Amino acid sequence: MADRGAEDKDAAQTIATRLWNGRWLILAGFVAVLAVYFLGGISAYVLAPALAILFGAALLPAGGARQSADAAAAIEAIGLQRLSGEYLAAAVADPLIIFDHAATIVHANAAAFAAFGGIAPGISLPLKFRAPEMQALLDSVLSGAVASDVVDYTEKLPVERAYRVSASSVGHGTDLYVLVFKDQSEARRIDRMRADFIANASHELRTPLASIAGFIETLRGPARNDPAAREQFLQIMQNQTGRMARLIDDLLSLSRLEMKPYLKPGTEVDLRQTVDGVIDSLAPLARENNVAIERNFAKGPLNVPGDRDELFQVFENLLENACKYGQSGGRVLVSISRDDEDVEPGIDVTIRDFGPGIPEEHIPRITERFYRIDVETSRTQKGTGLGLSIVKHILTRHNARLTIKSEVGKGAAFSVHLPAH
Amino acid sequence: MQSVHIMSAYDEELKYLSKRIAAMGGHAERMVEQAVAALVNADPGLAQKVIRDDTVLDEGQREIDDKAIVIIAKRQPMATDLREIVGAIRISADLERVGDLGKNVAKRVVAVIDGRQPTSLFRGLEALANLALTQLKEVLDVYASRSVEKIGFVRDRDDQIDAMYTSLFRELLTYMMEDPRNITPCTHLLFCAKNIERIGDHATNIAETIYYIVTGDQMPADRPKGDKTDKISLSASMPAK
Repeated sequence: MADRGAEDKDAAQTIATRLWNGRWLILAGFVAVLAVYFLGGISAYVLAPALAILFGAALLPAGGARQSADAAAAIEAIGLQRLSGEYLAAAVADPLIIFDHAATIVHANAAAFAAFGGIAPGISLPLKFRAPEMQALLDSVLSGAVASDVVDYTEKLPVERAYRVSASSVGHGTDLYVLVFKDQSEARRIDRMRADFIANASHELRTPLASIAGFIETLRGPARNDPAAREQFLQIMQNQTGRMARLIDDLLSLSRLEMKPYLKPGTEVDLRQTVDGVIDSLAPLARENNVAIERNFAKGPLNVPGDRDELFQVFENLLENACKYGQSGGRVLVSISRDDEDVEPGIDVTIRDFGPGIPEEHIPRITERFYRIDVETSRTQKGTGLGLSIVKHILTRHNARLTIKSEVGKGAAFSVHLPAH
Repeated sequence: MQSVHIMSAYDEELKYLSKRIAAMGGHAERMVEQAVAALVNADPGLAQKVIRDDTVLDEGQREIDDKAIVIIAKRQPMATDLREIVGAIRISADLERVGDLGKNVAKRVVAVIDGRQPTSLFRGLEALANLALTQLKEVLDVYASRSVEKIGFVRDRDDQIDAMYTSLFRELLTYMMEDPRNITPCTHLLFCAKNIERIGDHATNIAETIYYIVTGDQMPADRPKGDKTDKISLSASMPAK
């Protein structure tokens, strides 16, 4: 009987607790229902059950969250003691660096290595992150002035990235601190992209647009009844709209590349297969230009880490340029070779044409957006002035290098060095 | 990294020096970045900020000089430590010059943006600045990691910067010949380009100092040939583009 009484008492206590926890909800419900009643919306027959239901609902076990939180705390007490900090850091997708009171790196997770490189344990943090705001952040946390702090940090080179960085001390008396980088690049880039896109597009689209507008005016005026001129003008207008479409395509793909500054690690690309695919896809263009494409591939596997579609675009742009601008040479040589002598061993892909070559003073500049050696040739070859800019962007992301060698009259060689790791 | 001394205060002092160098480096990088941004975006406000910020670097250099001399007097350093301290003095001097060059670019902003120039004029300068800044960043990263075997890239970059500068020089001359009204902004831009090219040279100097600190040897002496602008002359009969 005593047991029974205790149980009853427990039950009563539970109900009381639930009512107490739900007091504000009940009160708010009552007020709402009564308000509707007094305003004459419903009859008393409806009112009574409505209030009863409200009361009943509050009695249902609502402390689910609280109970599971208690349970979680219990599990944590047992489970986290065995958890290694290294595993925890590895499981975090954002770059994370653990450092000690002297600001020396103790541990950095894989994401941090991928994002920043060259941050082995033992390196002093303020030497690596030199930006004034990062220095201030480290100082404020290490001096103990604040337990944790947040700053916005942007890195301009090699690719622009923006992070929200939070620094805080870990636990009590561990003498360890943690730095977590939250990538904000995307949001920032969307803003920038809009501005850049408008600036670039408006500038480059204006020329074809002006010419189309001019021809429309002529067609409606002086050339109204001249079928021959009309045909010719419509052809020019079609070329111009084609050019605008290509330009927008290129601008978009450039903007897309800028959206994701660094690659997902882990994927491998078979260069032999990729370059073969590019050559096949450009065979019609080569035939049209009377250019023979020759291959000279090294034996053995030719794999590098990277993104297949992006590398495909790199070689496509380079080979397309070689076929178009090196047309007079009659042949283009595509070679792949292993380069183990380099500081970073890897694979070289070289696309060499035997055309007129590129004058020396232009070589450093041709990867700039809209930089053209000869505006007229570029227009007739349907160039947008963005091809090499896209190439350079992709290669920067692959940590690769583009070397251009050329001698006027002897052709040009574009060599891509992709590091093996 | 540095060896451990019996006097931990000595270690602290050496660490403090390298931390100050890094902070100066961060400031110098930021100043150059902002000076070029001010020029490209026609932002005199930002340019004023860069000019004001230069005092931070001046102070930094003075502080490092003082500290270094105190350490030398107090600790009588040898070998690595001595190189570390002398290196810090030299690097801080280079960084202070980088800041001055950045400030000089910022000072020209007002004159250049006076008559609004086409963006194509700035694109080359921006690319040149990116090269120089990348070089500075990589060199300072090597200062942090002490992995001097990677320092060979400095020479490559220096070649690239020189080639780019030569090309830019030629381009600006062409603009001046096209239209005399371009002469004022183009001359200022020419000086800006020269300043940025000098920043690359200072980065190379810093790389050499770091090489010396870590290895105790001088970097093998095959200095790059330098830019070729001394040979550029455009004849007046050259067809204007």
